[in-house]
Amino acid sequence: MLNYDIVVVGGGPAGMAAAIRARECGIDSILILERAECLGGILEQCIHTGFGLQYFGEELSGPEYADRFICRVNEMGIEYKTDTMVLDVTEDKKVYAINKTDGLLEIQAKSVILAMGCRERPRGALNIAGTRASGIMSAGTAQKYVNIDGYMPGKKIVILGSGDIGLIMARRMTLEGAKVECVCELMPYSSGLTRNIVQCLDDFGIPLKLSHTVIDIQGKDRVTGVTIAKVDENLKPIPGTEENIECDTLMLSVGLIPENELTKNAGISLDRVTSGAVVDEYRETDHKGIFACGNVLHVHDLVDFVTQESQIAGEGAANYVKGLKNEAKYITTKGVGAVRYIVPQKVNILNEGDVKLFFRVGSTFKNATVKVSYNGSELISRKRPRLAPGEMENVVIKNDMLKGFSEGGVIEITVEG
Amino acid sequence: MNYDVAIIGAGVIGAFAARELSRYNIRTALIERCNDMAMGTSKANSAIVHAGFDAIPGTLKARFNVEGTALMPKVCKELSVPFKPIGSLVVAFSDEEMKTLEKLLERGNKNGVPGLEIYGREKLREVEPNISEEAVGALFAPTAGIVCPYELTIAATENAVVNGAEFIRNFEVAGIDYSGDTFTLRSADKEIKAKIVVNAAGVYADKIAAMAGDNSINIIPRKGEYVLCDKTSGSLAKHVVFQCPTPMGKGVLVTPTVDGNLLLGPTAKDIEDKENTVTTAQSLAEVLEKTKKSFPTINTRDIITSFAGLRAHEDSDDFIIGKSAANPKFINAAGIESPGLSAAPAIGAYIAGLVRDELGADAKPDFTPVREEPVRFRNMTNEQRKALIEKNPAYGRIICRCETVTEGEILDAIKAPAGARDVDGVKRRTRAGMGRCQGGFCGSKVVELLAKELGVEVNEITKFGGNSRILYERTK
Repeated sequence: MLNYDIVVVGGGPAGMAAAIRARECGIDSILILERAECLGGILEQCIHTGFGLQYFGEELSGPEYADRFICRVNEMGIEYKTDTMVLDVTEDKKVYAINKTDGLLEIQAKSVILAMGCRERPRGALNIAGTRASGIMSAGTAQKYVNIDGYMPGKKIVILGSGDIGLIMARRMTLEGAKVECVCELMPYSSGLTRNIVQCLDDFGIPLKLSHTVIDIQGKDRVTGVTIAKVDENLKPIPGTEENIECDTLMLSVGLIPENELTKNAGISLDRVTSGAVVDEYRETDHKGIFACGNVLHVHDLVDFVTQESQIAGEGAANYVKGLKNEAKYITTKGVGAVRYIVPQKVNILNEGDVKLFFRVGSTFKNATVKVSYNGSELISRKRPRLAPGEMENVVIKNDMLKGFSEGGVIEITVEG
Repeated sequence: MNYDVAIIGAGVIGAFAARELSRYNIRTALIERCNDMAMGTSKANSAIVHAGFDAIPGTLKARFNVEGTALMPKVCKELSVPFKPIGSLVVAFSDEEMKTLEKLLERGNKNGVPGLEIYGREKLREVEPNISEEAVGALFAPTAGIVCPYELTIAATENAVVNGAEFIRNFEVAGIDYSGDTFTLRSADKEIKAKIVVNAAGVYADKIAAMAGDNSINIIPRKGEYVLCDKTSGSLAKHVVFQCPTPMGKGVLVTPTVDGNLLLGPTAKDIEDKENTVTTAQSLAEVLEKTKKSFPTINTRDIITSFAGLRAHEDSDDFIIGKSAANPKFINAAGIESPGLSAAPAIGAYIAGLVRDELGADAKPDFTPVREEPVRFRNMTNEQRKALIEKNPAYGRIICRCETVTEGEILDAIKAPAGARDVDGVKRRTRAGMGRCQGGFCGSKVVELLAKELGVEVNEITKFGGNSRILYERTK
């Protein structure tokens, strides 16, 4: 049995930022466990730029962004094990993991930070009709084939779903000489960042077909084509709008799911909307000393926000280990109407700083007003020129406001306009 | 190549025929047109072992079902294939349907099905707590169970190969000649010679028979579509739950699988094209709709995939098993639709007996009925895992996160007798890629391991043989 103050599950941007912050807060005994061959997580295959604008104020590629944190981890002498899969995290903070050199690892941690990231929704979850030919893959899998392995997974491509990875891959495949026929999006809006729609589709003349879906896949061995159709307001295909498109690949970018199997097995409560843990402002779950941050908590648009959130979790874990955490009096947060969720789901009013609430809306708005209320009375009202499901928003609750709240209160966020 | 017997088709029937033949001093070739065994009906069906009350008394279906189901526990033990005798329920939703259950009970008794019992409303709810409020009773059959059909086929083939049979892939029989004492089976570029031919060609059994001059068989592919749900839904049903057959149709079944998922389906539609395994939106909707009749609380968010299979339905509505009237050296195992999986061990043994008598062959003294159990890391205790990784570090690297499959298990699957040659082959042997992410994370690693182990480039690796390759040329 090994002993560490903090065990971090996942060595992607979230895990690294959390570990670095915990070390900065004075914790020496930290171990990061990463399933891939190196630290960096999914950033290693994201060779496009656009990372770091918020956090570093400069535009970096994914591996460059990751490298800054990998260097810090090494400089600080934070321990990590790669090619190591965590099999189980128990309620009493035992972590079981395996790799080829250590075999089965049993680690007792004082605090655990869950930073496993997310996975892509597969075809099966959509129940698209058609054959089971080769050539149907998620955009992230295709990205790995192209950027890490150096092979083309297709030449004539239809992309379903306008998530950011799908948009990025539309450009990437085009640059590699493939023909991207179109990107179909079931919803009347894209869930991707506006800048990606402009830079990855518009600049390359790739059509974005909103309110369209794939209703059939053809091809016996390899995909030979798909049928797309327009959908009505209930998202049902409209007869007569079918269109056959010849292609050898159907790439899916239809959503990300936080990878919370370990969280569930540890008995930690999950939020039905985010599919991540229910946490407080330090990203502590309802199991004392177990924290969650990054895409395993809720899917972020920008890695910069993942970094910031994970630093908070790292600080929280360090405080927990040092026994600094005071008693807690919680209020809860609640998204109302178009506000689908808020993270954190609860806030300790004894906290001595400001608290940033992150939230996401369920549809697009122009010239909207974001309203924050406490127990029904309005606290904050802010104009926003544009709100979209693809872009996470936040509001800050100042500490003097927190001081005025009492245990059991409810903060609600709504959007009008 | 010259063989005593050539079996055409490595589905569950062909595999069991080969396994049973390997008990004797008989040179056996198991011939498959695809890149792997269990590529037709045997990989896409209800995965259940029927008790045997469905078939009409006196039919081959009734005989081989009851015989096969009786053999199943022992055969699965020998082949290290999980078989769970969870029992089946035919659920009635009206008094009229209760009368149908009485008829099924009577028929089952005639067929020699043991332990049948009719449950009332309360007893049904007690044993199947999530069943619909509308259900009024059920016929319980204790000998029914669940088994993974492709795992069974793979295991039987491996056991046959270990005992001396040859497994020949990618040999699509295009023509059959008979010289008076020897058959010549021709593919596009190869030939195989055999004294006896066993036709276990599934939906193509009629075409194969016709090549040997037997025009008596006509197979209609009957498509069935299924929906598979995540393991989180696996405990919704405790038994194989059928709906009572009505004049309006057969209904769908809901069953846990041996791996803990939940399987819903099938539909039934006669089609022309023997290759048509596409799923359709209408049928998938139909499956879900009918499932709700039995289990209203089914969570459609738990669906992880859907698939379709073809039943080899013969015009006579019964199995055709035995020597062909056109040529006694040509043995048919045709029209093997449900309950074919249940019947397979018995059909295999029966066919092996016919061949043995025809050839006058002796039993092989060194036949081993046992197929060694493959490593299943996910089912092990931490102590067992520790010991395993110490012995072989390849078991210390997880490739498939969702199903907890190690590199060692994938290498085992490739190196096995008649081992995996493509990504789907690895999937069926190890479950890598079968979980909730459906290979999104492990797919490329499986491709890499296959390429390395088979000594080919990664872009030569296919999903399931033929032109199903996954990658094209290198990037610029």
